[in-house]
Amino acid sequence: MSLPLRPRRMAVHGALLLYTLIAIGPILLILLNAFKTRRAIFSDPLGFPDGRSFTLIGFDSVLEKSEFGLYFLNSLTVTVGSLALVVVFGAMAAWALTEYRFRGNTLLALYLAIGIMVPIRLGSVSILRMMVEFDLVNTLTALVLVYVAQGLPLAILILGEFMQQIPRDLRDAARCDGVSEYRIFFSIILPLVRQAIATVAVFTMVPIWNDLWFPLILAPGDGKQTVTLGVQQFIGQYVTDWNAVLASLTLAIAPILVLYVLFSRHLVRGLTAGAVK
Amino acid sequence: MADVSLKSIRKSYGATEILHGIDLEVKDGEFVVFVGPSGCGKSTLLRIIAGLESITAGDLFIAGRRVNDVPPAARKIAMVFQSYALYPHMTVYKNMAFGLKFARTDRAEADRRVRRAAEILKLTPYLDRKPRDLSGGQRQRVAIGRAIVRNPSVFLFDEPLSNLDAALRVNTRVEIAKLHRELNATTIYVTHDQVEAMTLATKIVVMNQGRIEQVGSPLELYHAPRNLFVAGFIGSPRMNFVKGRVTAVTPEGVRVAHACGETLVAADAGHAGVGDTVTLGIRPEHMSEGEAEGLRLKGQVEAVEHLGEATYLYMKLTDGTDVVVRAPGDTAAVAGASLTIGASERSVHLFDAEGLALPRRGEAHPPRAAVA
Ligand SMILES: Nc1ncnc2c1ncn2[C@@H]1O[C@H](COP(=O)(O)OP(=O)(O)OP(=O)(O)O)[C@@H](O)[C@H]1O
Ligand SMILES: [Mg+2]
Repeated sequence: MSLPLRPRRMAVHGALLLYTLIAIGPILLILLNAFKTRRAIFSDPLGFPDGRSFTLIGFDSVLEKSEFGLYFLNSLTVTVGSLALVVVFGAMAAWALTEYRFRGNTLLALYLAIGIMVPIRLGSVSILRMMVEFDLVNTLTALVLVYVAQGLPLAILILGEFMQQIPRDLRDAARCDGVSEYRIFFSIILPLVRQAIATVAVFTMVPIWNDLWFPLILAPGDGKQTVTLGVQQFIGQYVTDWNAVLASLTLAIAPILVLYVLFSRHLVRGLTAGAVK
Repeated sequence: MADVSLKSIRKSYGATEILHGIDLEVKDGEFVVFVGPSGCGKSTLLRIIAGLESITAGDLFIAGRRVNDVPPAARKIAMVFQSYALYPHMTVYKNMAFGLKFARTDRAEADRRVRRAAEILKLTPYLDRKPRDLSGGQRQRVAIGRAIVRNPSVFLFDEPLSNLDAALRVNTRVEIAKLHRELNATTIYVTHDQVEAMTLATKIVVMNQGRIEQVGSPLELYHAPRNLFVAGFIGSPRMNFVKGRVTAVTPEGVRVAHACGETLVAADAGHAGVGDTVTLGIRPEHMSEGEAEGLRLKGQVEAVEHLGEATYLYMKLTDGTDVVVRAPGDTAAVAGASLTIGASERSVHLFDAEGLALPRRGEAHPPRAAVA
């Protein structure tokens, strides 16, 4: 589809391009400078690393002088764990709420919708108290629990919206075929909302991976830090060692970038699917 | 043996009642068609038989067993949906075989049935395709195939052809008729296309606003509609209605005065008396230009439609009533002309003020002879 580039369209494209640059700029800057010597970082921050300025010293120091591997593993455990639980429980709840009429259905849906509007951080103090009570402070379990609570409302909303669009005839056909309600959910509904699940996965995963707040108050202890927290401590320790900071940030970006690329094919379709018939 | 028997079935959604007590007997091997205007409850009734909707009141029996609380899969039914409702992420083969997995059919038997159904429906070349790579007609055949492989005692169809184009609809209609003859399973079929109803059905059920208006063979409904609704619904173009007033009740029949004169209709007056308003019903195909023995009407031609083998004349009578006449293809009538039209007395139906048909003389029992 090739449309003539009218001034209006060009303005729109210009604005989008500018936004893209602003959004990608910092990431590119981090990636570029992570591979440069300290001198090159300061003398030519926008330049590409070349033969003279290229170095891996930042990565060396990150991997040697800190427990980066452990932080990384913690982040991964928490993110993947929360993600899996959000998707599974979110999909199940969304299906129950959209498909079955039961007492309290509307009330429950409303209660969950409120969860989207009220930021979970407002409850930080009570959450901390609760975790102390349950002896969960300084465990990854605490983080996973909080993130599942944080991610579920939006997941249920999005997945519910998509499930509603699955034609009723399809479920009825399956019922006539003698497929059990569980099988209908797992063999028919889940495959059909794959794209929505990808969307939910990205929306759930990114804030969890990047979160600093809950790791800081719930699991700041040794051996339980996540990457974001670990990097903060880095900045304290190596306040002048920009190589190390940039290298650790690069390492922290990498996995989320990979996951994003994996999901994004579905994501774009998921966001637009259902917008038009 | 799979009779389906409905005993005063009622269905309400909240406070609104959609079906007001449906009684119906469907015998084994019958092809029953539900027709009726949109929203009259055809689909709801079919879904109740399938077990996809709960029954508010009444009893449903399939093969003599009360199935009110039996889930769809255990009713030995198979349903074909208007939207096809194929599983989009499965191949044609898997679509057909999916249900068999849960019916504990062994794999070889399932495979045999799927391949046989594919053969009957000419789907063999497409077994490995996904539904999105099929044409509308092929998808519909897959949906039918999925129903066949289950070996149901009762087939349920909900407007299966309404998403197909005209030519394909005729083809598939013939296929369905053939299939019914081969499988000889009880079939219940919903449509609002009356050509489908007339051609497929051994028994038509005309529904209106949650009630059954009449049950009968296609020709019974055509020749002896029980009331104005059925008379207007069966037949295309629809039956013409002319208002009149009873002037005399004689042993030969009822004399009716209307806009263009007086006519004797050979019908039993029943409780209709002199002075009552009545409605004359005449089908377009039973009217002709020129004078005729029985009924004579005058009017002006407003529009002419040439279909080739026939011509439809849209006329306005002197009292403003609209009338359609099916004239021969080579008629000379043109728009604007004044015309006298007639119909033989035998083809005139008479309805009382409530819209109920007055039984015609000598036809106390509607003709059944034509039903094979
Ligand atoms: N879930 C529901 N809740 C409330 N009313 C409903 C529901 N489903 C159907 N109805 C109502 O029941 C009536 C009958 O619907 P149904 O689908 O059976 O009509 P139909 O005869 O199949 O019409 P069509 O020819 O348009 O398919 C309609 O008036 C409809 O609004
Ligand atoms: Mg319907």
